[in-house]
Amino acid sequence: MRSITVDQIAAPVAGSTEGLRRDAAARKNPVRARAVMGYVFSSGYGVLLVLFGVLPTIYAIFLAFTKDGAFAGVDNFSKVFGDYRFWPAVQHVAVYLVTWLILQTVFVVLLALIVHAVGTRWLSSSVRFVYYIPGALAGASSVMLWLFLLDPTVSPAAGLLQALGLNTFVQTVSLQNLPVVFTVIAFWTGAGGWIVIMYGALNNIPVEVMEAARIDGAGAVKTAWHIQLPLMRKWISYMGIMTLAAGTQLFVEPRVLSQASKGVVPPDYSLNQLAYLFAFQQNDFNGSAAISLMLLVVALGLATFFVFRGGLFERD
Amino acid sequence: MRSGQRAVRESGFAPGRWIGRALATVVAASFVVFFALPLVWLLLAPTKTAKQLLLANPFSFGGFGTLAANWDSLMTFQNGIVWMWIGNSVLYTGGALIITLVVSIPAGYALALTDFKLRKTLLAVTLIVMLIPSTALVLPVFLELSAVHLVGTPLAVILPFSFFPFGVYLTYIYFSTSVSHDLLNAARIDGAGEFRVFWSVAMPLATPVIALVGFFNIVGNWNNYFLPFVMAPGPRSPIQVGLAELLSNVPLFNPTSAGSVTIDMPTLALATVLSVAPVLIIFLFSQRFLVSGMTAGGTKE
Repeated sequence: MRSITVDQIAAPVAGSTEGLRRDAAARKNPVRARAVMGYVFSSGYGVLLVLFGVLPTIYAIFLAFTKDGAFAGVDNFSKVFGDYRFWPAVQHVAVYLVTWLILQTVFVVLLALIVHAVGTRWLSSSVRFVYYIPGALAGASSVMLWLFLLDPTVSPAAGLLQALGLNTFVQTVSLQNLPVVFTVIAFWTGAGGWIVIMYGALNNIPVEVMEAARIDGAGAVKTAWHIQLPLMRKWISYMGIMTLAAGTQLFVEPRVLSQASKGVVPPDYSLNQLAYLFAFQQNDFNGSAAISLMLLVVALGLATFFVFRGGLFERD
Repeated sequence: MRSGQRAVRESGFAPGRWIGRALATVVAASFVVFFALPLVWLLLAPTKTAKQLLLANPFSFGGFGTLAANWDSLMTFQNGIVWMWIGNSVLYTGGALIITLVVSIPAGYALALTDFKLRKTLLAVTLIVMLIPSTALVLPVFLELSAVHLVGTPLAVILPFSFFPFGVYLTYIYFSTSVSHDLLNAARIDGAGEFRVFWSVAMPLATPVIALVGFFNIVGNWNNYFLPFVMAPGPRSPIQVGLAELLSNVPLFNPTSAGSVTIDMPTLALATVLSVAPVLIIFLFSQRFLVSGMTAGGTKE
């Protein structure tokens, strides 16, 4: 008796008997219908997540701890550690990370504060846009452009390069300059996006707080130091974590530079390059997986730490 | 007494504030130069001959005739392989865009507005994986795909490109904040099934987030180097990877190297311009919503 009444009510709304039956069933157990739809809707993404997130990680773990299918303990890792290229690569990446982290944090925050303080709307957004545009070139194109810019014979900044004593391309990309070179490239491409994010974060600071500071007589520097920076802490740490995670994965820049300079920049400068060489030059997929796993653990560690302690994702 | 103190403070401030402002302007302006100049140079470079690139003013305009000559030179390089590379980029990026949207928007909706047992797990895993740079998983994914003999096919690039946890997260945030449960429940009470609720109520409101997810997906995939480099070498390369291949034909970066010069610097610059043009144009058209700090606003309470 009850179900007939429900069907009759549903009739004018649903378009077909199929819809009728489905809607009636849904109304009998709406929570369950919602849960089913939840699974259905997220199934496509779930499949991709497993295929390209979970499974590769498991496979990398498997490869890193086996050799030709047989369990090999930490042999692959000790082999990698013992490789004469490994520790120099670690050092290269570490120096690059520190350089990039410091320079990017300082200048992104500084520029975001300045841009935020600009009163004229169109000026502020134009400047932000100019800072952001290089992000369109992220990847190999950016390195291509910088190949020209780093060559004192064609670069528009030739004067600057020559003043630093660099007269040929080879000199500019010599080993001791590389951390700075890679930092400049990474900063040029990426800073704009972070400046925009920091600008958004600054906008979230209530106007009353800023007004109170101004009435109290705090100047721009004091306001920035005591009020704006502490409130941006979450975003600054987010940027720091992302910079660290991305920096450890350094690949494109040294790879392209290595090709362009015919090996002056070594083909094993960064850890990812080394992993690539292990896989494709030495056919040692196990060693390559060992390096990839180490890098993945670093990235995973940073990500997990940030998600659970960083406090930015407090929504759920 | 008080007004006197205030007067002293104000007048003490005035020269300091002007110096501070001037300093800030100098810093901001220098960085405008830093960020913009390389692009201006890049856009002017293809209009010059190699000699002009070396000797003339970096910001001089060469000539349309030279531009045409450089264009021809690029087109004849290996029989117009540039277009093949660009075609590959379009295929990979376009294919991935469709799959990404079809897969990520419903998933974000499900995470935000439905409830099922695995929801929190899925969300947590998404958050964590989202923060991992894509390069970290390239080699493991390569090993995985080569085990199923997919490497070298377009799918080997398109499928990993379609895995976009950041897009799911953006959609989740968007639906959480801009579609209320009440709205959906009203539709449910009216007798709509779950799919109809999603399609007729949530989707029309989703245009901004679809644009955002699409934007970040396109830009990220078009500029991705490591994954296609490993998965699709040779003629299947996208333009970014192909560009680096061009380098082996330009010995001019290392004057001591020998080798047949089949491509010169301005032509290489032209190739670089071609490789960034699509994304650059998208940037120019999305200017307003890009710099509004929407990504930060996405997590606004």
